[in-house]
Amino acid sequence: MTAVGSALERIDPRRHWDGAVIDCDVHAAVPSLDTLYPYMDTVWEHMARDRGWFGPYGAAATYPPNAPSTSRPEWRAENRAPASGLDLLQKDVLDPMRVERAVVNCYYGIDTLRHPDWAAAIARAVNDWIIADWLDKDSRLVASISLPARDPAAMVAEIERVGDHPGFVQAFLPIRSDRLYGQRVYHPVFEALTRHDLVLGLHWGGTTEDAPSVTGFPSWYVERYAAEWQAYAAQIASLLAEGVFKAYPTLRVAVFEGGFTWIPQWGWRLNKEWKGLRREVPWLDRRPLDLIREHMRFSISPIDSGPPDALARIVEWLGSEDILMYGSDYPHWHDDDLGDLLPHVSETMRSNIMSETARAWYRL
Amino acid sequence: MAKTRMENARNTSGKYVVARVSDVPPGSRLIVDVGGREVGIFNIDGEFHGVLNRCPHLGGPLCSGELLGLIESDGPGDFRIDTSQTFLVCPWHGWEFDLRTGQSYFDPARTRVRHYPVEVERGDAIVVGDAADRDGRRPGPYVAVKVPITVSDDYLVVTMGAAAGSPRKKA
Repeated sequence: MTAVGSALERIDPRRHWDGAVIDCDVHAAVPSLDTLYPYMDTVWEHMARDRGWFGPYGAAATYPPNAPSTSRPEWRAENRAPASGLDLLQKDVLDPMRVERAVVNCYYGIDTLRHPDWAAAIARAVNDWIIADWLDKDSRLVASISLPARDPAAMVAEIERVGDHPGFVQAFLPIRSDRLYGQRVYHPVFEALTRHDLVLGLHWGGTTEDAPSVTGFPSWYVERYAAEWQAYAAQIASLLAEGVFKAYPTLRVAVFEGGFTWIPQWGWRLNKEWKGLRREVPWLDRRPLDLIREHMRFSISPIDSGPPDALARIVEWLGSEDILMYGSDYPHWHDDDLGDLLPHVSETMRSNIMSETARAWYRL
Repeated sequence: MAKTRMENARNTSGKYVVARVSDVPPGSRLIVDVGGREVGIFNIDGEFHGVLNRCPHLGGPLCSGELLGLIESDGPGDFRIDTSQTFLVCPWHGWEFDLRTGQSYFDPARTRVRHYPVEVERGDAIVVGDAADRDGRRPGPYVAVKVPITVSDDYLVVTMGAAAGSPRKKA
């Protein structure tokens, strides 16, 4: 390990686990729009230079550059954005933590760009950059396809374009969106994903035409940060109630940065409401929580751990030993302690969390 | 909802005369008091069904609930309603029970409404007996009562001593 403080050691999986490690959520940050010019038609470079436009604002709005949560102090790089190069990922995570495979997610805030052609062009450029600068250079990596999330037809086109690349195992959508993802306008996207055997990733971030909370604009970042799980709940409820898993029974979903401790209690509520209201959604023909267990996996960043014995009880309430996946969420800073989780689950579940659930989910 | 308290006539075989056939025309229902227990009598296209007015879930007044067809679906946006099957929906929590069998729809392993036969008999064939005996049934926490109903001439007859829980279909 590099010379780091005890804070980083607390999240080092090697303090708790000698077996295989698959990290289901590491980030690649686009250093600047200039990086992407070689991967897009010249017209977009001219358009950007002509306007003095430096790229979608979404990434900075979602991860304010100097916010503590945006990067662990040990992972900040001099004169470079955190996670903005493969060398940083290798030095900070892949090598010291002996990671067997890692899933690269690149959130560039493409959804904040309303331009239909430009957004699609940037998504293509990001994906081609991920192939060239990350996937082709380190065989430990697989990655998520970035999609122009405001335009289902363009999303499908991009899945068709790069979906068969062996390095892409997932396509991810930002958790906040104008419309809930279960709605039928998005179903062609799920059709394309299942046809290419790609996982649907639901990831922190995104912009809507409405307030980021369920009922208004928060004044402070901390409010938004703490309330973001509500957006995850809304999207998951939508996927369930709209019958996405009935229509696409092979669809696999991975949920990142949303936590998981809220799933059991909220799932019980879903089950209870479904019993009385299922007539309006007859395609939802099983208990919602059972569908979550079958079709969804959750990264363990953040862990949101309270007292360890309470966390162990919540994990038991999840009702599945095959539902959590280790993700460092590099370079983001959740200040979680793997020691709060791993010692309190069974040996089987420990192995599943650290590698085997992700191996099966992503066919690694 | 019509609810009557009749001076029910009972014979020694546990049968109660609860109403005239004409009191419950097709599409209607009647809730009657039978030996201290409320029973809903439903006329579905001339076929009579009796159900104890107590939901096996939490004891709600099941027989005042909506009668709805079975909704099935193969996927989002696909609604198929089968009106040949009638479900009684408890007004408290929306639990659905097949009126013919007492079977709960969503959780068949745990919940069944008990079905009492309802018959129609000739008025002069009924022997009036004493107070109801114990019927020997053991209603569990998630078993409600479907009541046998027979038709004898002009009268609907509820049999409270029928085998508990066995779904019965009237000819």
